[in-house]
Amino acid sequence: MTDSDYKIIVGLEIHVQLATRTKMFCGCELAFAEDPNSRVCPTCLGLPGALPVMNAQAVEFAILTATALNCKIAEFTKWDRKSYYYPDLPKNYQISQYDLPIGSNGFIEIPLSDGQTKKIRILRVHLEEDAGKNVHTSGNFSQVDLNRAGTPLLEIVTEPDMNSAEEVRALAIELQRIVRFLGVSQADMQKGHMRFEPNVNLHIERGGSTSKTPITEVKNLNSFKALEKSVAFEAVRQFDEFLDTGICLQSGNKKTFGWDDVKEVTVLQREKEEAHDYRYFPDPDLVPVVVNEEWLERIKTKLCELPLKMQSRFISEYGLSDYDAGVLTTDKEMAKYFDDTVKTGADAKRVCNLITQTGIKIANEKGCGVAQLGIEPTRLAALAKITDDGKISATAAVTVFEKMLESKDSPDKIAQQLDLLQRSDEGELEKIVDEVITANAQAVEDVKSGGKKSKKAHGFLMGQVMQKSKGKANPQIVAKILGSKLGS
Amino acid sequence: MAQNKIDIEQVKQVAKLARLDLTEAEISQFTTQLGAILEYVEKLNQLDTSKVEPLAHCLPINNCLRADEVKESLGTDKTVTNAPQTDGRFFLVPRILEESGGF
Repeated sequence: MTDSDYKIIVGLEIHVQLATRTKMFCGCELAFAEDPNSRVCPTCLGLPGALPVMNAQAVEFAILTATALNCKIAEFTKWDRKSYYYPDLPKNYQISQYDLPIGSNGFIEIPLSDGQTKKIRILRVHLEEDAGKNVHTSGNFSQVDLNRAGTPLLEIVTEPDMNSAEEVRALAIELQRIVRFLGVSQADMQKGHMRFEPNVNLHIERGGSTSKTPITEVKNLNSFKALEKSVAFEAVRQFDEFLDTGICLQSGNKKTFGWDDVKEVTVLQREKEEAHDYRYFPDPDLVPVVVNEEWLERIKTKLCELPLKMQSRFISEYGLSDYDAGVLTTDKEMAKYFDDTVKTGADAKRVCNLITQTGIKIANEKGCGVAQLGIEPTRLAALAKITDDGKISATAAVTVFEKMLESKDSPDKIAQQLDLLQRSDEGELEKIVDEVITANAQAVEDVKSGGKKSKKAHGFLMGQVMQKSKGKANPQIVAKILGSKLGS
Repeated sequence: MAQNKIDIEQVKQVAKLARLDLTEAEISQFTTQLGAILEYVEKLNQLDTSKVEPLAHCLPINNCLRADEVKESLGTDKTVTNAPQTDGRFFLVPRILEESGGF
């Protein structure tokens, strides 16, 4: 290597598919994996004479998201035609927003691995329509499916404020949480609901001066993993290329690379013969959008506590670890369910364990969310309480949790029915402890003599008591009695 | 005649962007015609518009919105029935060699 040092500079262009029922400018239902060309109409086919009409829900989702991303909301915005020719674009132009995006000058706060957060500036947020899909086949023809044509997309462009592959991944995950919390997108990467295109280059310090490498845009990223790896790969590739060629950033030398998911490398895409000339101009088919104070306020009532804020509240207020708080806030319903349960007075860590270790697993098996399992916050709190009080063991709590899915009885009653209540009666337990002590003189000796064997022998005696009680003795109380009897 | 507002190279470029295959004679003809149109439109530059807001739309209305309600789509059969080429399910277009989807 050399003595040069580099800094990675990354900005993201993101497309988020909005969770409306219908398309951006027509009433065709949004459908995934439907029969090809079944969800189309004259408008999204771009047939002559058909006129687009804005979907109010899509506009409101866009404003809501831009607000959550701390953007300035345009009071006046309009639609523009972006011209280009491709078989998946039936009108030969895409309806988009050019010079007056719905939102601008915002920021998103992302969590860093050291527990700090970083603000990444958002340049703009605008609405546009998606194109259809080309299904490539053999022979002389390509098949075109226009079901996706006209789907509302929110395009979000960040400033080049990210300086590592990890930060890029953190932003992607944070944005996914935000749009899911807001309910504006299902944000499923595999289904193409979120598409990330990083723009990457390096600032290389060498011999007291800074050199900038040419910017590359990376496409074809279908997972968070691919996104993160592609940025890390590009950094190394660009550094090597710079050492080889010394070529620096110039206007016009930006290149597009595609990510190869199998080989895990970026591949240069064929250079365009000419720079794109989109010839933007205002779409005469659509009238402008004016966002007045009253409308904006009405949309803002749909804002909620955002995931990162909720996560830090769970840490500061409930004493959860960053990891646990992060897991609970991946999903708004789950986060709220947890919050509601704890607010009834249950121990936060216990409730967290019940949800993250038992609830999520069962919910995944059932294909629903934890909050939809049918266990109300008050009943979950009651389960947490009897577990904390030592009435049932942590293992038994899992059994009771499962039973609660079918039964509306209280956890207490279910534990009774299943004979899972721990014995905490000190007199009764003392009798068992005494029997165990009498029957295991050697182990008792080992405990009393201390040293290496002591701990093992203590564990053995505990085990004997638990066995004699058929697993129902409250371990804390048994340990207490054993301790006082053996002076350990 | 004043210098033409558009030259042959620009016409070729616009034709290429519009995927039009023009003959040399057509290029020459359109260069003259487009030049005349641009010259005519340039009359507008005689007006002082420095204090005029750009117009986004010629109608004095805004916010024509519709509720997010599903309307019946055409369905595959009707959709592809008038397609120049179809296999009954998809539109068929000349094989696309380059993966360069627009945005």
